[in-house]
Amino acid sequence: MDHETLVAFAKSWGLFYLIIFAVGVLVYVFWPSNRKRFDRAKKSILDKDDRPGE
Amino acid sequence: MVSGLTVSERQLSLVVLTALALCGLAMAAAGRADALGIHGFIVLAFSLGLIFLVISRYNDPEPPTERLSRYYDDPTKVGIVLTMIWAVVGMFFGVWVAALLAWPDLTFDAGWASFGRLRPVHTSGVIFGFGGNALIATSFHVLQRTSRARLPDQFSPWFVLIGYNLFCVLAASGYLMGLTQSKEYAEPEWYADIWLVIVWVVYFLIYIRTLQRRKEPHIYVANWYYMAFILVVAVLHIVNNLAVPVSFGHAKSYSLFSGVQDAMTQWWYGHNAVAFFLTSGFLGMMYYYLPKRAERPIFSYRLSIISFWGITFMYMWAGSHHLHYTALPQWVQTLGMTFSLVLLVPSWASAGNALATLNGAWDKVRTDATLRFMMVAAVFYGLSTFEGSFMAIRAVNSLSHYTDWTVGHVHAGALGWVAMITFGSLYALVPWMWKQERMYSPKLVEVHFWLALTGTIIYVFAMWNSGIIQGLMWRTYNDSGTLAYSFIDSLVAMHPYYIARTVGGLFFLAGAIVASWNVWMTIRMARFGQSQESGADVPVYGKADAVQAGE
Repeated sequence: MDHETLVAFAKSWGLFYLIIFAVGVLVYVFWPSNRKRFDRAKKSILDKDDRPGE
Repeated sequence: MVSGLTVSERQLSLVVLTALALCGLAMAAAGRADALGIHGFIVLAFSLGLIFLVISRYNDPEPPTERLSRYYDDPTKVGIVLTMIWAVVGMFFGVWVAALLAWPDLTFDAGWASFGRLRPVHTSGVIFGFGGNALIATSFHVLQRTSRARLPDQFSPWFVLIGYNLFCVLAASGYLMGLTQSKEYAEPEWYADIWLVIVWVVYFLIYIRTLQRRKEPHIYVANWYYMAFILVVAVLHIVNNLAVPVSFGHAKSYSLFSGVQDAMTQWWYGHNAVAFFLTSGFLGMMYYYLPKRAERPIFSYRLSIISFWGITFMYMWAGSHHLHYTALPQWVQTLGMTFSLVLLVPSWASAGNALATLNGAWDKVRTDATLRFMMVAAVFYGLSTFEGSFMAIRAVNSLSHYTDWTVGHVHAGALGWVAMITFGSLYALVPWMWKQERMYSPKLVEVHFWLALTGTIIYVFAMWNSGIIQGLMWRTYNDSGTLAYSFIDSLVAMHPYYIARTVGGLFFLAGAIVASWNVWMTIRMARFGQSQESGADVPVYGKADAVQAGE
């Protein structure tokens, strides 16, 4: 594999997969049914009970 | 410590420690007069000391099974104490090397005290000793609370904590003997590197095993940051340290990479060490202790996830900005520069998220120095990530590179962000761990806060001035087209700033000493309180009733 091929691969595929990944993360973050878990996660750490769950 | 382990865990400890002692003996035998031999004796003494400790407590009664309904915090407590010890040691060496630049005679004509040997003791001491121990100690605490699950066993957290500190001791003692791979933040030689890989794999397995037992449906964002820290540091460490030792009886090794490949691998490692050791893990700390201390949920949980993945993916590409104007291909430099600029988005998302969480709790920030530590950390995080992106631009880099501006930037991050968030988190964590309502002296927390902030500001401003003057002097030409200043001219111009920097460092060190004293006194307060209670042999309720009856 020569330098040009590597650069071409990096510029096309590298760009493509990073964008796909970013879109994937955004979809996960704004998926409506995930809202409940996120709300629970952010509030439950403030719980004062300092013992492992049953 | 030992009496909290079950008998089979005590036996396992003895087996592992014996194996370690044998390794030390083998290193001592094979290494002979080489530095490897001295390290062999250090490993041997270290493991024999621990074997003695385990044996002396071997016949203690087993801990009750009731312990399983509580979190396992002993390693966190010891980790906090080790963090404070390394803070004082690492920062002391920092002040020393700073003073050396102003007054070069402070080596006292000793080889081990030369600048090149002391400097890595400072960098490794504060990054790995102080920062690493703080990350390990807090990660065990955060992991258990956010998963609502106890650590899977009681042996492996000790293995990680103690094994990691053995690595730190080997690193620091090696530098003083003149051992180094000459790679920034990756100086320790091959055998120490192999040992760290073993420790690190166990660390990651603790994380995975605890998460498997979690009682919360969702893995809290702080754990993602801690896991990225552990996983990526493992990958970076293994790749950058691929090397062939001269022989198994010799400490010296040679890297598999050479030339510009070596440089690129090193700075891919070096910049991601900043990203995943000094940023990701400490963001994990921030996302747990800041909302906890402010008693407010994080401003936007969604934003915290977006910034997590943003940081994780973009940092990987930024390392080449350390190699502007070198033999590295131009497009790789441009790639690093571009990603460094885009990185500002997730970085500011985290800093903004932290500050927005405090919005509505500013009265607490004013009165509570612990929370103020965290607030200032978030501000410095925002400032130094902005500065970092700016300095990664090739044209700016032509002025800043190789000057003290870089040193100032690193310390804005290390003192202003990493150390401040650590101290803030520890001041929140210590009273929880030792079951106290507050630190021994809230006044001393306040004193520490102002010492730390003053020290950081003096340091950073001194280095900004010095760095920019240096950069300008190095690129000033006279009418005949030659350099206007010699290197020694720029050195003379730096002298006042080097003195100022030493003063700034001294302030910061003084703050760390005050903190250590405060932590120690809080621990003593807890011990004293406990012994009083057990000595009276009366339940607390009983005592209260008795007072009422007397009235």
